[in-house]
Amino acid sequence: MKFNSKHTIIAWMEDKPGVLNRVAGLFRRRNFNIESLTVGHSETPGISRMTFVASGSQRELSQIQTQLDKLINITRIQDVTDEPALVRELALIKVEATGENRHEVVQMAELHRAEIVDVTIDSLVVQIVGREDRVNALVENLRHFGIIEMVRTGAVAMTRSRLKTVEEFGSNGTNQ
Amino acid sequence: MSRTVFGAQIIWEALIAEGVDVCFGMPGGAILPTYDALAKYEYQIHHVLVTHEQGASHMADGYARATGRVGVCIATSGPGAINLMTGLATAQMDSVPIVAITGQVPVSLLGKDGFQEADIQGVSLPITKHNYLVTNIEELGPAIKEAFYIARTGRPGPVLVDVTKDVQQTLMEGFDYDAIEVNLPGYISNKMEADPKDIARAARLINESERPVIVAGQGVSIAHAEAELRVLAEKANIPVATSLLGIGTFPTTHPLSISWGGMHGEAYCNHALQECDVLIAVGARLDDRLTGKFDTFAPKARIVHFDIDPAEMGKNLTIDTPVVGDALLSLRSLLPQIESTSHPDWLEQIEEWKRDSKEIDILEQETDDLNAPFIVRSLWHMTNGGDATIVTDVGQHQMWEAQYFNHTKKRSLLTSGGLGTMGYALPAAIGAQMGLKSEEVWVMAGDGGFQMTMIELKTVREQNVPVKITIINNSFLGMVQQWQDVFYEKRYSGTPLMNPDFVKIAEAYGIPARMVDKKEDVEDAIREAQETDGPFLIEFRVPTEHVYPMVPAGKSNSEMIRRKRPLLPTDEE
Repeated sequence: MKFNSKHTIIAWMEDKPGVLNRVAGLFRRRNFNIESLTVGHSETPGISRMTFVASGSQRELSQIQTQLDKLINITRIQDVTDEPALVRELALIKVEATGENRHEVVQMAELHRAEIVDVTIDSLVVQIVGREDRVNALVENLRHFGIIEMVRTGAVAMTRSRLKTVEEFGSNGTNQ
Repeated sequence: MSRTVFGAQIIWEALIAEGVDVCFGMPGGAILPTYDALAKYEYQIHHVLVTHEQGASHMADGYARATGRVGVCIATSGPGAINLMTGLATAQMDSVPIVAITGQVPVSLLGKDGFQEADIQGVSLPITKHNYLVTNIEELGPAIKEAFYIARTGRPGPVLVDVTKDVQQTLMEGFDYDAIEVNLPGYISNKMEADPKDIARAARLINESERPVIVAGQGVSIAHAEAELRVLAEKANIPVATSLLGIGTFPTTHPLSISWGGMHGEAYCNHALQECDVLIAVGARLDDRLTGKFDTFAPKARIVHFDIDPAEMGKNLTIDTPVVGDALLSLRSLLPQIESTSHPDWLEQIEEWKRDSKEIDILEQETDDLNAPFIVRSLWHMTNGGDATIVTDVGQHQMWEAQYFNHTKKRSLLTSGGLGTMGYALPAAIGAQMGLKSEEVWVMAGDGGFQMTMIELKTVREQNVPVKITIINNSFLGMVQQWQDVFYEKRYSGTPLMNPDFVKIAEAYGIPARMVDKKEDVEDAIREAQETDGPFLIEFRVPTEHVYPMVPAGKSNSEMIRRKRPLLPTDEE
């Protein structure tokens, strides 16, 4: 019960003015420890979707969810930590890249399956989309060249669809 | 029926449609259009002009606690609205349904730091159940309707509706309050039925217990579950403690009552809580003033927690069996599964602790000095055994009231338990009295807290509220002084009070009053107050004294400081 673990939680909320303020205010007031928070539209008009990563004991994490659920504008909460889920974040990393090491930076980005999205005479911007550990690995390797500037979105998450059995797909085994 | 009306009219018509018969407020620039429209509705809704907006929110609170209906307060923008906040925070902590209507600067001036502008939605955010900023006439009716719905359902609480001045002045066609539908997809409302599996688990735990204790909180009263609570206690012979706010949910004169527990609760009650094997909390949030140090509370107990608020489960303590739902519905489905039992050894043990407590009771000690417990007990006798509503302030007198007034009626003690708001008593009693009409309402305040809001004596006089006021005057912030005695080596920093003559103060407002400093005059003064038509004030002058028992803050309830045993050497205190 006592040990801390990191959880990824999705919250759906009415898209009304001040809702993010309510959420942020709650986290601050209840002294919850939030590592990242990302909000955007969902598939339903009028409903926003937030992914946040929080760490704490089981009791603290349960408090975060029940307290959040009490906010009138929050419509649903789901902890996806122990579920099969896609968790991704995006990072833009501006790296020093002069004539001598530009090739090395490009190669490093390629090895990490990242993209070069902007080029100037003395810098490159590398973009990566992936799980947090993949982003961390790239950032660590790029530090060597000198990171000028960096921005990370924080994680967004979506549960995977349940794997369907052959029967569910239909008798011919195709997904038509 | 749809009509064309101004925003200001929508506000009044909505309040009337919600059954509001009295509201408390004060006008100002940004709420003026609404006050201007009041004349049209004066025969349907009574407006009480307050002296300070803090009084308005406490009055709405007192009205709501006494009647169970939603209390309403009104203020202007900026300072007016900010003055309401103490009362809203008080109501939020104690789950009191209030709707606050505040004026706001016109939309064109929002965010421009205009005269009397403050971000009231932002300010009230953490101390209300929900709030609205209405910048469009179409949103006004729905906001008020939702505000009332949210305030009174589920776990009740205060809801604020901030209305820009231009919205109040805008004409709306096709207004029809009855046709507005509450649309709150994310809100879990009241009457939640608990999971039958949780009920069964709770029943099994209760049936297996040998030393059970019930802790009844205010949730019992909110859910109107007093009768069911009593059946549960009597069926299985379970002693019933209450929280401070739970006082009145179970008659303290009942043989199974073990009074209330916590920092200044009865010692035998705390013993029972510490020794029980199953603790059944019903509509009590188990806060630190009840539990003492969390991890030493009820160390031998498995806890069954009935509450409508899922966030209360495990917030402070580890709960073995959480039962989320309306207390009335939960108890109703629990009762058939409870076996009739008696717990003779356990009840005898509690009786023994009770006898010990009585021996060192201040009322059992021979002293000529007037003291607060004596006054409280006299008031209890003089009101035919507690047939009155008592509204306390915060401090020593509040604890003595709770200890010595044997509450048997529900909603008969109104007190700021969670926030501990000094200055609560007088305005809250005005609200309570206006809701209860002719019933007897008593203010019990200390000299410190009373002076924080005594300007509302003006409202008492103006409205001729027949409230009876007692001030327990020891010329100290008594509870703080007690802490300085115990923890700060009697360094009385900021606690001695140079008080005015309270009798003259009352008389200046046209309220009859008298001062009492002898035991033999107490009964006569109370009788004079009761026989006076209208308000009356009694100032009781008492020496300083400590409230016992006392659990030092942050300590376990097993570490109570008790009153010294008379004539016996003791190492206590």
